[in-house]
Amino acid sequence: MGAHHRHCGWRAIETGGYFVRTITTIFLAIIAIASGVVVLLGYFLPAIPFLVNLRVAFLNWAMILAAVAVFVGIFNLFSVHTQKLRNKNEAAYSVLLLVFLLGTFALGLLLGPTSPAMNVVFTSIQIPVETSLMALLAVSLLYATIRLLRWRANFMSITFIITALIIFLGTAPLPFIGPIPFFSDWLRPVIAQVPAAAGARGILLGVALGTLMTGLRILFGADRPYGGK
Amino acid sequence: MSANNSELVLYGGLGLLIISALLILVFALLRREFPYALREIPTFARLRRAIGLAIEDGSRVHFSIGRGGLIMPWSAAAFVGLATVRRVAELTSVSDRPSLVTSGDGALTVLSQDTLKASYTAAVAPERYDALMGRVTGLTPFSYAAGAIPVMRDENVSTNVLVGNFGIEIALMADAAERQDNFSVVASDNIPAQAVLFAAGSNPLIGEELYAVGAYVQAGAVHTASLRVQDILRWVLIIAIVVGALLKLAGIL
Repeated sequence: MGAHHRHCGWRAIETGGYFVRTITTIFLAIIAIASGVVVLLGYFLPAIPFLVNLRVAFLNWAMILAAVAVFVGIFNLFSVHTQKLRNKNEAAYSVLLLVFLLGTFALGLLLGPTSPAMNVVFTSIQIPVETSLMALLAVSLLYATIRLLRWRANFMSITFIITALIIFLGTAPLPFIGPIPFFSDWLRPVIAQVPAAAGARGILLGVALGTLMTGLRILFGADRPYGGK
Repeated sequence: MSANNSELVLYGGLGLLIISALLILVFALLRREFPYALREIPTFARLRRAIGLAIEDGSRVHFSIGRGGLIMPWSAAAFVGLATVRRVAELTSVSDRPSLVTSGDGALTVLSQDTLKASYTAAVAPERYDALMGRVTGLTPFSYAAGAIPVMRDENVSTNVLVGNFGIEIALMADAAERQDNFSVVASDNIPAQAVLFAAGSNPLIGEELYAVGAYVQAGAVHTASLRVQDILRWVLIIAIVVGALLKLAGIL
């Protein structure tokens, strides 16, 4: 009898939990969809000042939340690497990251983000590291282009490589020769301004349609990245 | 642009939005009466196989959803990435290692954690959710890529789904995935990124294929309906451009 009562009690708690979760999900969906509709109407109906003001207020709130989310992101980075410290094989890089993260944070708090010391950190560490990764990317792309012929030796790949070569020859001046005639003054501009621009516009139109559909799915509540579904 | 023209654009945009919304609703409701056959894209067949293999051998699926913030026009690509996470994380919830999501934006990380939680709850395995499986790896393009590459190497990852807003730094991530012999699907809404992905990615999605991911991973009827509307609108645009060009050529416009 007692066991039966305990079982019924747990079931009631589970049912209550499910009910609360469902209500929360519906409530979140209503807030998100209503906010989306208000922002959209504020954009499309500028003749109604109330909607426009509401849209501006919502966007300002979103900007503040996005700024807070940066801090949340940094805290997440900190937590992940603190946990990695437990694994001795992965600890070295995490220690480095945590030391520099905390050091830069302390420096920024003490001296201010626009101080010369912070500028030195930015221009002497951040920019050179990112530039070297960009250089690595150039090598990586060269290798990938060679690998492309092994993966997909078809008409599209060959066209891609020939076009890339023409653009290189037309863009990068060679030592002692300078810009290569015909490639730099005729062929490259023609390729860049006619087929490349037309293709890019086509892709942009497709991306715009895809963005529209994604927005509508969120307004319908079919995609709910804010939890629930 | 004159006041009349800008009003025309605004109301035209609103009209397009309302028509699209109605079409999505109609196609979603009448999906059984008018089923839509998706064209075969080999990348998605390979992705389904890779997900199955990941579940079988107990390895991890890694998602990277890019750096698109929430209030930017390119956030749509990140939302596509999140919809993919939602569906695939639920499918792989039975795997020994839970899926992992990396991003380059704090707000996206919060959403990815929430999405993972929703996936495990839907799969009746809420205890498998770990907040640290949704991670920020860096807040600048290259620091993000540099932070995501060790995840592919050190976390028993066999499948990478890189879908979202990326710049050209995605080539480094795609290259790292290839070096690990991992299966990877790569897609971005950014045109230079698509160009480098054509060379660097073994399974790139070009153009608006990115926005079809939800329909192909069976994320829901609305995804398929929206893809159908997207295809219809694309044909309408093509016809409008061709007719406009012909009218211009004839001197009527």
